[in-house]
Amino acid sequence: MTTVLEPPTPDVLATTPVEDAGLMRRPTEPQGVWSWITTVDHKRIGILYGVTAFIFFLAGGIEALLLRLQLAKPNGTVLGAEAYNEVFTMHGTTMVFLVVMPLSAAFFNYMMPLQIGARDVAFPRLNAFSYWAFLFGGLFLYSSFLLGGAPDGGWFGYAPNTSIVFSPGHGIDFWVYGLQILGIASTVSAVNFIVTMLNMRAPGMTLMRMPIFSWMTLISSFLILFAMPVITVALFLLSFDRNFGANFFNPAAGGDPVLWQHLFWIFGHPEVYILILPAMGMVSEVLPVFSRKPLFGYPVMVFSGIAIGFMGWGVWVHHMFAVGLGPVAVSAFSLSTMFIAVPTGVKIFNWIATTWKGSLKLTTPMLFAMGFIAMFTIGGLSGVTHAVSPHDRQQTDTYYVVAHFHYVLFGGALFGIMAGIYYWWPKVFGTMLDERLGKLNFWTWFVGFNLAFGPMHLLGLQGMPRRIYTYDESLGLDFWNMVSTVGAFTIAFSVLVFMYNIWRSHKRKVKAPADPWDARTLEWSIPSPPPHYNFAEIPTVHALDEFWHRKYTEDDDGRPVRVADPQGGEGGDDDPDHDDEHHDDEGHGIHMPSPSYYPLVAAFGLPVMAYGMVYGRSSGQSYVVVVLGAVILLAGLFAWAMEPSAEPEEHDHEMIEAHSGEEPVLVAAGGPAALEDGGQESGEKGGQPAGGASEDPTDGGGGGPAPEGSGP
Amino acid sequence: MATKEKSLAHEEPVTPAPEHHHATNTGLSNEKLAMWAFLGSECLLFGALISTYFLYRGRSVSGPTPEDVYDIPYTSVSSFVLLMSSLTMVLALAAIQRGDYRRLRIWLLATALLGASFIAGQVYEFTSFIREGLTIKTNLFGSSFFVLTGFHGVHVTLGIVMLLSLWNLSLRGSLTQDRSEVVEIAGLYWHFVDVVWIVIFTVVYLVK
Amino acid sequence: MARAGRLRVLWTTAAAGLLLVACGNQELPQNTLDPEGPVARKLDNLIDPVFVVAGLVFVLVQGLVLYSALRFRRRSDDEAPRQVHGNAKLELGWTVAPALILLVVSVATVGTIADINRRAEGADVVNVNVIGHQWWWEFEYPGRGVVTANELHIPAGRPVALKLTSEDVIHSFWPPKLAGKLDVIPGRENFMTVEADEPGTYFGQCAEFCGLSHADMGLRVVAHTSGDFDEWVRTNAAPAERPNEGEAGEGAALFRQKGCASCHTVNGYSAGELGPDLTHLQQRKVFAGAAFELNEQNLRVWLRDPPEEKPGSLMPNLELSEDEITKLIAYLETLK
Repeated sequence: MTTVLEPPTPDVLATTPVEDAGLMRRPTEPQGVWSWITTVDHKRIGILYGVTAFIFFLAGGIEALLLRLQLAKPNGTVLGAEAYNEVFTMHGTTMVFLVVMPLSAAFFNYMMPLQIGARDVAFPRLNAFSYWAFLFGGLFLYSSFLLGGAPDGGWFGYAPNTSIVFSPGHGIDFWVYGLQILGIASTVSAVNFIVTMLNMRAPGMTLMRMPIFSWMTLISSFLILFAMPVITVALFLLSFDRNFGANFFNPAAGGDPVLWQHLFWIFGHPEVYILILPAMGMVSEVLPVFSRKPLFGYPVMVFSGIAIGFMGWGVWVHHMFAVGLGPVAVSAFSLSTMFIAVPTGVKIFNWIATTWKGSLKLTTPMLFAMGFIAMFTIGGLSGVTHAVSPHDRQQTDTYYVVAHFHYVLFGGALFGIMAGIYYWWPKVFGTMLDERLGKLNFWTWFVGFNLAFGPMHLLGLQGMPRRIYTYDESLGLDFWNMVSTVGAFTIAFSVLVFMYNIWRSHKRKVKAPADPWDARTLEWSIPSPPPHYNFAEIPTVHALDEFWHRKYTEDDDGRPVRVADPQGGEGGDDDPDHDDEHHDDEGHGIHMPSPSYYPLVAAFGLPVMAYGMVYGRSSGQSYVVVVLGAVILLAGLFAWAMEPSAEPEEHDHEMIEAHSGEEPVLVAAGGPAALEDGGQESGEKGGQPAGGASEDPTDGGGGGPAPEGSGP
Repeated sequence: MATKEKSLAHEEPVTPAPEHHHATNTGLSNEKLAMWAFLGSECLLFGALISTYFLYRGRSVSGPTPEDVYDIPYTSVSSFVLLMSSLTMVLALAAIQRGDYRRLRIWLLATALLGASFIAGQVYEFTSFIREGLTIKTNLFGSSFFVLTGFHGVHVTLGIVMLLSLWNLSLRGSLTQDRSEVVEIAGLYWHFVDVVWIVIFTVVYLVK
Repeated sequence: MARAGRLRVLWTTAAAGLLLVACGNQELPQNTLDPEGPVARKLDNLIDPVFVVAGLVFVLVQGLVLYSALRFRRRSDDEAPRQVHGNAKLELGWTVAPALILLVVSVATVGTIADINRRAEGADVVNVNVIGHQWWWEFEYPGRGVVTANELHIPAGRPVALKLTSEDVIHSFWPPKLAGKLDVIPGRENFMTVEADEPGTYFGQCAEFCGLSHADMGLRVVAHTSGDFDEWVRTNAAPAERPNEGEAGEGAALFRQKGCASCHTVNGYSAGELGPDLTHLQQRKVFAGAAFELNEQNLRVWLRDPPEEKPGSLMPNLELSEDEITKLIAYLETLK
């Protein structure tokens, strides 16, 4: 289905000029519910992603607590086998696809354009479409609980347990089509982010001046771009088996269940890096700011990220060491898995070196970031022990692995994301989170996490397999299981503290200045929260850590000296009220893309089609619903393509509509001056079409075509 | 050839520029870069499908086998037809870059028609296979053959829809020389689908 | 001084406790760190030094993070640390050093991979076909005419070559103290070796999620002395004698009437293939995927409603009366 729904169609077809007025005027509400539903502002979409993912986090967390309650004692009776299998399947699927990925997407959306000095992403409406597809995909998946049972085949859905013979219910169908929708959402947004980052950086921002978080966003986006189609294919094969009687995973017809495992893990392992790289990026932003030192070895951090991105494709078989693939394959993948630890280790040491001899302010974000280094290291080390593949035959499919990947995805990704949340909260909402509550949040989180997952190392080595709904007391596993359950509830308490902190900050409204942390990157140069147009004037970048260098120079000894009259940013320094006053003023004349209903409409077609596919398996007539969904999707896309931009006559010099007259494209490079001067979209340069290939990432792309302030 | 949109946006007369780009970091327009990224993703999609077909070659436990049903000369002709459509696509792009809208429409239509004859050929091939007793359910070969070529067929069909939309826009006069990039982007997609077919034809039909 | 002494006692007790919890024998029948056969021991010997190295790296990194957090804490807002942007030598160092450590580990790893993938051969090797079912294990002894379930009987001190196949979904055969796990995959054959040093009973269970009752798919490996093993084979290869009278006789009749016979083989009496072979049921100590100990009480509970005891069990609730159950059990007790 991906192929049917993929993005290029609307953009390529989006060729109707303005005078062809579309079906209706574009929505214009600046406030209220509708303004959120129709928004195409990357910042609002980022917030939507964040809030939605947090709600799914609560759902996945409740599932985790249920699992831990069931396992707290031997022969538990909280959940039956069926419920347990559904809950652990949904816990894994939720945390990977509905929590960590979209939480990262929230930051990609909100922060990346600000960091690179852009006013929005390349395709704002497509961005909104991604969000709605994600939301609908998640709701669709969760609706299975109400519609006869959630998926129960594990998040990895190994064939042939997922075939109709062994899973005749609809749970697996919900899982298959839910993931397809989520795959569309992430692929579309990956394209969007890649184009944004490669094309829309502020003048002077070469790739090697791009903030490290944006770099990790870029690498992650490429991984999503290339990994998603693989699982798309795997899921299609499975759904053809289930819906149309194909034989892909039917051993009786010669089909090989191991093919599923290969496809799943060729996607699944890069997916791990999709989950962890953004968090690494966040930590790499937080550590320098609170150490008052630049990131140690920025180029090495970038290239180790790229190295991880590449090597991540060559290690998938380490998920399959017990499959019996033969000594050659197992040896090769043991080696590749060991050596992916090298670039990861480099990052860890570089982070420590960043803090070394710095001036460390142990704020909440900094605590989470340092907690990340400590916890992620443990996950990395247990990862190396997996690479010792003979012994992995003891470890795999036990709680040792559960411990390992929670140290990576919770101790890593979620610690990093929490650091990011506490770090960027003031920027996004313009209010400060409470530091004391934040520290309580961190310490309970840290202790709870280690109590919950530390003992799992032992449990696994003591022979407790994964995915068991019960275990006998004769196995001697009760003590550490109880400890783990206590830890899980400690984390739950910590999450409550976090939510209370948020609630309190909204109550108290402690205004955040533009740059509360004395930070280094461009997003801190504008007011908190940023105006809807982001930058009144597109900044020109002269250095890595541009904003820092506007505030500080270095003396002979290499120590920072505050610039007397900082060219700061538009945010003023410490006077948030002041910012509020001139918002409207400044923003006047900056034309931002108009809101639109159609991303929502188009995305709504996806779950409709998915329901049709789910029920089509049991009754052929339901395939009509698929057609209905396709019609909604296409109608949405068509209306989208025909949509007039609002107030076409009110052109201005800041923003330029694409040739298509459609998807509004902001010219990131070249300030207003260039535009005024050049008259027409500074049309002059435009590198030759150059046959296509995207640029060499090492080449400072920004330097090239960007008109360096060629103003009058 | 200034459209209304442009004359609204700019007081000065617009000089026609065959290759007209925004000042982006890469020099490629956002739309074109997006298409390249998307095609990169598509490579993995077809890569996975083709690998599946390849892995399952000769593993079917019952017939019909490829040798039983393939009609290589027939498929060669339809492959040739699809290849020719890449040529007409190039001609369409050349035409709009020259500002020759009549030829643009002719070549767009020709491309779409060639694509449509390919699809018609595929539909005929599918039905004749089914008549010979090969369906998606029959064996592994049936499953992997229909899914792989079917996916490609859907891609070609989408391309045809794209081409016809461009043709329609041109008829209404809204596809102008300065927007030739739209045709170029559609062309990227079309050529990609053609190249994929060459691989499929080789792997599926020719390799023994 | 006294306080320090108490502390030391506390520490040593805690450490000993931890060690006990980690390696205790009796309490942890599936402990991978306590191998009781040469195959598992190879794995353990390989990983132990890796754990040590990992432990050192762990201490190093945590130490650096803690030290940094404590030592470089900001004490005044005027602090202006030197702006170090990187250090090529250092960075090269911590790229190369881990790579070298890993190189050593990888050489050892590859050696062991080759070692454990060698198939056991020779006259004293016992061959067993392991067949995974939802949710129980079937063991065939080719050439010996023995078929049994859930308990793999082997001679101690001799390598046993297992051929693994599955009847339905993917399972994974795992007796932790004797060997690492290996997947049991429909349409594929996998080979592994197990060996126990001493006679005894070793725990294990299915390690790949295989559906509803995955958790209830246990297994036992029972190692005998060589003589006992031969005796066991002789006993188990013989057909069962059919009781003709009394409760057991009626039970035998019920075994056919109620359809038990269509799923269960009793050599010489029935030839069902879906469920475990019951010819010498009483030779086993556990039943139903080693989920239950074999005794009269457990059999009774089981026969009342199998899916209630083991979710998803293919054996349906046969709506047996208590009287019928008593008779069936009487029959089953003759299957020695």
